[in-house]
Amino acid sequence: MTNNTLFIDGQEIPFEAGQTIMDAALAAGIYIPHLCHKPGLSPHGSCKLCTVDVDGRSASACTLPASNGMQVDNNTPALNEVRKTLTQMLFVEGNHLCPTCSKSGDCTLQALGYHFGMLDGHFPPFYPRREVDASHPSVMLDRDRCILCELCVRASREVDGKNVFAISGRGAQSHLIVNTVSGKLGDSDLQTGDMAAHICPVGAILIKDHGYEVPIGMRTFDLHSVAESDVASPVTLKKTEHHDA
Amino acid sequence: MEQNQPAPNLRRIAIDPVSRVEGHGKITLLLDADNHVHEARLHIVEFRGFEKFIQGRPYTEVPYFVQRLCGICPVSHHLAAAKAVDQLVGVDELTPTATKLRRLLHFGQVLQSHALHFFHLSSPDFLFGFGSNLAHRNIVGVLEDYPDLALKGVKLRKYGQQVIAAIAGKRIHGTAAIPGGMNKSLSNDERKALLVDIADVVAWSQEAVTLNETIHIGHPENHAFATLTTNYLSMIGVQGEMELYHGGLRARQADGSEIFDQFDYCNYGTAIREEVRNWSYMKFPYLTALGKENGWYRVGPLARVNVCDSIPTPLAEAARLRFRAFAGGAYVHDTLAYHWARMIEMLHCAEAIQMLLHDPDITGTDLVVAQGTRRAQGVGVIEAPRGTLFHHYQVDEQGLIEKANLIVSTTSNNQAMNESVRSVANHYLDGHEITEGLLNHLEVAVRAYDPCLSCATHALGKMPLQVELISATGELLNRVSKNMDGVVECTL
Repeated sequence: MTNNTLFIDGQEIPFEAGQTIMDAALAAGIYIPHLCHKPGLSPHGSCKLCTVDVDGRSASACTLPASNGMQVDNNTPALNEVRKTLTQMLFVEGNHLCPTCSKSGDCTLQALGYHFGMLDGHFPPFYPRREVDASHPSVMLDRDRCILCELCVRASREVDGKNVFAISGRGAQSHLIVNTVSGKLGDSDLQTGDMAAHICPVGAILIKDHGYEVPIGMRTFDLHSVAESDVASPVTLKKTEHHDA
Repeated sequence: MEQNQPAPNLRRIAIDPVSRVEGHGKITLLLDADNHVHEARLHIVEFRGFEKFIQGRPYTEVPYFVQRLCGICPVSHHLAAAKAVDQLVGVDELTPTATKLRRLLHFGQVLQSHALHFFHLSSPDFLFGFGSNLAHRNIVGVLEDYPDLALKGVKLRKYGQQVIAAIAGKRIHGTAAIPGGMNKSLSNDERKALLVDIADVVAWSQEAVTLNETIHIGHPENHAFATLTTNYLSMIGVQGEMELYHGGLRARQADGSEIFDQFDYCNYGTAIREEVRNWSYMKFPYLTALGKENGWYRVGPLARVNVCDSIPTPLAEAARLRFRAFAGGAYVHDTLAYHWARMIEMLHCAEAIQMLLHDPDITGTDLVVAQGTRRAQGVGVIEAPRGTLFHHYQVDEQGLIEKANLIVSTTSNNQAMNESVRSVANHYLDGHEITEGLLNHLEVAVRAYDPCLSCATHALGKMPLQVELISATGELLNRVSKNMDGVVECTL
């Protein structure tokens, strides 16, 4: 064993100081399922899909720093079953109507459902009634589909240099808000070119007047599995314009 | 849902609310003191939720939401909504390629739906007889006794589905139309693949027309079966020709006299009104000019073949001329001639597909036109397999749907189906005894319209059906149910 290596499912991989398990795995081409993680944004650890077993204890791969000699279990039936359950919970908490959603085929949540072999929601649906905010001239916010990953929150703050989004409330009452006096997206300084307008992994933030332009068979997850799309080189990966940035 | 009626004639009416598409048929008959049929009603116990739950959704989603109305004719709903959405985004004319792709898509849709309806669902009635052995009166029986015919029917439907899949990416519920155009061109390889079987498809469709022509002309007893003398409504082209995708509206009285012609469907609300009756979730549309009592009309293949001046493909036009000659040049009112007309349309679709596949524009790549000035309303009308289909949407300034109104084909045929059921009940009901044969006669009458009651009608001919016999005093005398598995049982 050399210095600065860890083991994921028995495979020895290197890491650099300061990297998380997720960082090291992505660099090595190992897929650890996740929704709320995006390289370049600060880790968040909220979706818990990247839960791995580290030396016998469960932890979020996106937030736990890698350390030398770490033994990480990732792609195990037990962990994937737990991840599937978490995905089912995300589905039933919102109104994720894939058949009519313009994000279908480019939606990471949907792709993870396929990845885990999810055949139903398992849990009773919440059928929440949340506000649709179409006040912005070119961006729409459909809170029914928000999974509270906070990618938009972080992208706005850390990349766009703005502070358009936030999460308010606690527990089951947590919800996405817009940081304006009116609470309306139309009164924010969000622009179509902002990363926050394109980063949503589901269909909660959409570019208005668009959708379904990419035919079936050519959408991101028609061409790649979610695992491939995560670890593939950006050069070889064909992402459609509606896939998260 | 169950409903209790007040005493003293307490009875329970079991209603099973289902979607618009997959509904159950329920027929109630009211008898007078002499046990003559006083009232006959076909209940469509479906709830029209779509108009409500698309409120608040962005207009771009609408063609994808509403195609889920139906698993048999989703393309029709998709395209009707897409035409309305084009208006919403200020587009009045698509590129030639986009228009032809939509037409090709729609012809594929109508072809597969018509093939499904005749071969899979209705042919057993005509090949084996209305009252024949129930266990054999289905597509499996047709496959056993007429394998060549049945297989051609299966292949015809398959071909229509292949056309849809080539354009929309999936056979059912794909993606195709976007505001101002289409999202995918037809590749030359896809065009070539569809050309391989098209000659057979045309030939088989021609055979299907001949078969239906022979059956109808050769069975005089069928001519009056459930037959009604009605008004007709259909879309037509600029020359008065049959037109399934885009044109003006033509309404004619039973004698062929004009009610309106080349009517702009965007103003449909002035020509057609919808009446609500308290015993059905389905409205009763009528032509405003003729009023509620006399303004009901029929749509679908019989209406289209009757009111058009021509069919713009040669084999179908020749078939239409024979059809009209059957009635001495007048309109054919025979309800069972719906099947004959349907096959003429299937032949037209096959020929039209063949022509479009040879059109150089069909593989073009200019698919979308720039959007114009946004409008607050959009109306899309199309001739769906079952008849004229209206989609009307209003959007707010933010692009969200405020209001929607859909008049689906089966709704337009609502009164006619009820009248046909009444006609059959009058002629075939024998005392108080309800037999499976009677049930199927009622089904045959309803089935002629190819109603979108449900996948029930589209479930191998085993439409769940309930007939109640009620005396003049309100007493429930008999109730016979036919379940999805085809089992008939007396529940009293």
